[in-house]
Amino acid sequence: MHYPLNPDIHNDDVQQEPIRAGFGRGLKAAGEADTNVVALCADLTDSTQMHLFKAAFPERFIEMGVAEQNLVTVASGLARAGKVPFTSSYAAFSPGRNWEQIRTTIALNDMPVKVIGSHAGVSVGPDGATHQMLEDIALMRALPNMIVLAPGDSIEAEKATRAIAENGKPSYMRLAREKTPIFSTTESPFEIGKAYVLREGHDVSLLGTGTMTYQMLVAAELLEAKGISAQVVHVPTIKPLDEETILASVRKTGRAVTAEEAQITGGFGAAITELLSEKLPMPVYRVGMRDRFGESGAPNELLHHFGLDGAAIAATTKEFIERMPRYHQ
Amino acid sequence: MGGQLTITQLEKKANDIRQDIIRMLVEAGSGHSAGPLGLADVLTALYFNIMNIDPSKPEWPERDVFFLSNGHCVPVQYAAMAERGYFPVSELQTLRKLGSRLQGHPERTKLPGLENTSGPLGSGLSQAAGYAYSLQYLDNAKHRFVYAITGDGELDEGNIWEAAMFAGKYKLSQLIVFVDRNNIQIDGSTDDVMPLEDLRGKWESFGWHVQEIDGHNIESVIDAASMARAISNKPSVVITHTIPGKGVDFMEYDYKWHGMPPNTEQAKVALKKLRTLDGKITSGDLA
Repeated sequence: MHYPLNPDIHNDDVQQEPIRAGFGRGLKAAGEADTNVVALCADLTDSTQMHLFKAAFPERFIEMGVAEQNLVTVASGLARAGKVPFTSSYAAFSPGRNWEQIRTTIALNDMPVKVIGSHAGVSVGPDGATHQMLEDIALMRALPNMIVLAPGDSIEAEKATRAIAENGKPSYMRLAREKTPIFSTTESPFEIGKAYVLREGHDVSLLGTGTMTYQMLVAAELLEAKGISAQVVHVPTIKPLDEETILASVRKTGRAVTAEEAQITGGFGAAITELLSEKLPMPVYRVGMRDRFGESGAPNELLHHFGLDGAAIAATTKEFIERMPRYHQ
Repeated sequence: MGGQLTITQLEKKANDIRQDIIRMLVEAGSGHSAGPLGLADVLTALYFNIMNIDPSKPEWPERDVFFLSNGHCVPVQYAAMAERGYFPVSELQTLRKLGSRLQGHPERTKLPGLENTSGPLGSGLSQAAGYAYSLQYLDNAKHRFVYAITGDGELDEGNIWEAAMFAGKYKLSQLIVFVDRNNIQIDGSTDDVMPLEDLRGKWESFGWHVQEIDGHNIESVIDAASMARAISNKPSVVITHTIPGKGVDFMEYDYKWHGMPPNTEQAKVALKKLRTLDGKITSGDLA
């Protein structure tokens, strides 16, 4: 399938926008399409970008105060009454603080509540480790019934928001605070459960999710200059994984590098290794936070410090390829 | 719906429900005795008089809804639902068994008629508040009501007070909550584990209308619900004083029966006691 990429993706002045901004637009659009869509926020309406929805539909916006446990459980009750509730806070607090409530009253209860965790990852920056949520992917993908998404840019976040408004399922979507380069276009496809090949290659599969997909595209460009052909696969749906697309890529390249702005323990890379070890055992290197917390700093500085930017991923990938023989079927 | 039974008939029904509970628990071999027995009169009043429901249409859009926040007391809800006709009374014997719709703690997706999934304490009140918010602000359904029960030990949970603040802020007047004030929790009396008083003052300060009743006087339960429905600018809480293990003398007032079922011998004695008391459970039992 052809995936239309932003032609400016490798320019220094590539357009950038916070992924959460796309969520804000998508939520407003979802509210226009379905009067059952309601929005609940725990005292972070502007920064989670719910203000657009609030301005358009004040009667369907519910201010919850700084009470994340109540945020998701009230949403569960609203869903029982036929509503499609979106809840937003920082990922460190929701699902960080209220995970059990999500487990019992949304996942086990199979209620179509949309949990939006904004400000995920180290790129939150100067607020430091307390606010840099890294464990949300592991927490949420362990839950039966739960859909887990990490859109890669603001355009995709808008589409993903519309999609979960209509999927009838408990859903989690992680968003980033900082401006993220836009690699997709309004014409690019998005479907829950689908992964997309953004760049063809045959030496290694670079599997990215969320903010890391752009960094994978940068890494692939750098690797090509060194004679390594990397296939970049964007995986915005962490659960359920698009097994067909991922397996086809790794079958072709023989090895994979994953990247996520999260703990590799139980995270996106772990999901990929689980899939490959059962269906296509191949060497995998997981780029991400390796059993440590983040710290304060400028966002790009932190990405570099923790080996999460394109240059660092390219170097890690090259070393991995040299160290690890290709496993052919 | 409901309202046809006299108080005496309702008392008889509550006794049937207590016997159902004993039979369920002894067959299951695990589960909670004290709370369900203590709540039998309240659940009888709700399912046979107070709530506008139709057991043949559990998703009837005009129904009143019931949220059990202290999910471990679900045997009394199952018994009340079976007696009301949601499913055969014989199915009560499947409680806690593999493949049963009657899970150890209530799961909405398993059994039509349940409105929520609960067990971990403190969340059912929020779910009820969310539903009540929808009725009041989004659905313009002024004639429908949301009933909920919480335990008193459950009030230790922070989630409860988040919900209390939320319901107070939005004046969720279609939300009516019974707090099962039986003074016990797993580790002992609520006074020893985590004192709750001034309980009336706490709720009042959160913006709630507060009533206090004898939870074994079915007429009082019905009257309190009626009063709560008449309060149109506040959520209502009914501090419902109950005797844990009510109706089975060797279980009454004893926190050790919180999470324990009777054995076969104890069940025989309990059923005999309940049958002898048949028709005699009246108000005024609260010490």
